[in-house]
Amino acid sequence: MTAPILELSAVQTHIGAYHILHGVDLQVPAGQVTMLLGRNGAGKTTTLRTIMGLWPASGGELRFQGHSIKGLATPDIAAKGIAYVPEAMGIFTDLTVQENMVLAARAARHAGELDRQRLDWIFSLFPALKKFWLYPAGKLSGGQKQMLAVARAIVEPRALILIDEPSKGLAPSIIQNLIMAFNELKRQQTTILLVEQNFHMARSLGDRVAVMDNGRVVHAGAMRELADDDAMQQRLLGLSLGVHQ
Amino acid sequence: MNALATAVAAEANAVPKALFDWKPLALLAAVVLLALPLIGSPSTWLTLTAAGVAMGMIVFIIASGLTLVFGLMDVLNFGHGVFIALGAFVATSVIGGASGWAEGSSAAQIAIVFAAMFAAMAVAAAVGWAFERVIVRPVYGLHLKQILITMGGMIVGEEIIKVVWGPQQVPLPLPEALRGSYLLGDAAIERYRVLAMVIGAVVFAAMAWTLARTKIGLLIRAGVQDREMVESLGYRIRRLFVGVFVAGSALAGLGGVLWGLYQQNVTPQIGAQVNVLLFIVIIIGGLGSTLGCFIGALLVGLMANYTGFLAPKVALFSNIGLMVAVLLWRPQGLYPVTNR
Repeated sequence: MTAPILELSAVQTHIGAYHILHGVDLQVPAGQVTMLLGRNGAGKTTTLRTIMGLWPASGGELRFQGHSIKGLATPDIAAKGIAYVPEAMGIFTDLTVQENMVLAARAARHAGELDRQRLDWIFSLFPALKKFWLYPAGKLSGGQKQMLAVARAIVEPRALILIDEPSKGLAPSIIQNLIMAFNELKRQQTTILLVEQNFHMARSLGDRVAVMDNGRVVHAGAMRELADDDAMQQRLLGLSLGVHQ
Repeated sequence: MNALATAVAAEANAVPKALFDWKPLALLAAVVLLALPLIGSPSTWLTLTAAGVAMGMIVFIIASGLTLVFGLMDVLNFGHGVFIALGAFVATSVIGGASGWAEGSSAAQIAIVFAAMFAAMAVAAAVGWAFERVIVRPVYGLHLKQILITMGGMIVGEEIIKVVWGPQQVPLPLPEALRGSYLLGDAAIERYRVLAMVIGAVVFAAMAWTLARTKIGLLIRAGVQDREMVESLGYRIRRLFVGVFVAGSALAGLGGVLWGLYQQNVTPQIGAQVNVLLFIVIIIGGLGSTLGCFIGALLVGLMANYTGFLAPKVALFSNIGLMVAVLLWRPQGLYPVTNR
């Protein structure tokens, strides 16, 4: 395994009176896609939100590129090069696609200052965004909104991208489009931590996998090991990848 | 238009454009046109319409900051009225302090009025900054406490105003240069109302330009919808909020000067009196919506003037009736902000 860009050690998170994360240990290697799997309520989304500082860790340590990010405010964590695509996508629906992208590009004051070469690359991944460039984002379909959410995360080079269930509620053809885009990001050595319930997508993309249960990581290893072991899938996830083709 | 927009224009043109929602503007036009046959006399109708638009513009100036503060940080600031009173009283000091201003040239008189406006905005902005730090910041996310403590803040502010300027009503007469009317046929339109309309239009245009054309404006519009996502993109929304709060307080101070000159006197309770009207406007417009606030303020101003002429007893309730009617039609307001 290559050196981890992100390390979580015994991370605890409380939301009000509820104790959600009970000591998460997780390593995300640089330049790879790490899948975060687990049943509903296992703590996957909370883990991503804790990394982003949206819910503060109440215990343990979070280190990004060797430096502690525990206790930092969300904008400071984002400024270190971590992009976040939430489960609800976080699209600014009253803004146009262009305006959404300008906001995501912190260095750009207006559309004219967006990196044209990078934008062309994004349009090659998601052609619909070019077509609807000046259109209010709220009018896009669910799949197009997800494309915009991912495009915002890559409009500038990022050291790490956190993505929460991008395939949720999308048609198979759109999911295929997203898988192609994520594979292209993999080829560019982009580090991704991806929460996903779609096992076909998880197996297609993942280099590494961490499985969560009850607020802890109960398994971590190579994705191939889990994909090839039906018994392990049954034990950790309660089902088999073989039946989710 | 930038190069990229030009490059994609041909493709984008093939896509049906999202239509602007004209219905609230049509409602405004309908109210104005329906009033004409009810009032009967075109000159009276024109006079009342001009008075209604002027009142609406002043209310918009005051309420615009309030709607953005609510939209951006979900803060219910019931203390907004104190900045109105503060602005109006600062104006009494500036104008009263310029001894002999009434005898000066028209240009000098108008210059003193503008100096009073700038002074009121500066003082209201400074007090707004302190108000946010001391009163609002500890109660982020706690609506009930926000209501209680901001109302308490307004009461304390009123008492401080009484200590400084006294508890009695203070006159704020219009200078000679702003008295009198322009005659359009048989219709008389007061000069001061024209000035209020112009200032209101300038504030609205500046605000619309900032929100539509600058990155700060983009951040405000995005923050109104989803402030958590704005923070996740790396922007400090708290700083933005403080800026909006201070700007909103300054605008309330400006509105206080205009309102005080409109009524030609000022009391420490002037803010509390306007507070209900402000909340009606921002609810009608759609919480967090600047355009909605603008249309809502104009509707309130026009309704107050039309019903005041047609049925004075109904005028007291006209704005409540307007709010009920609008909310029955659009429960989220005229221009609802998505994600709220």
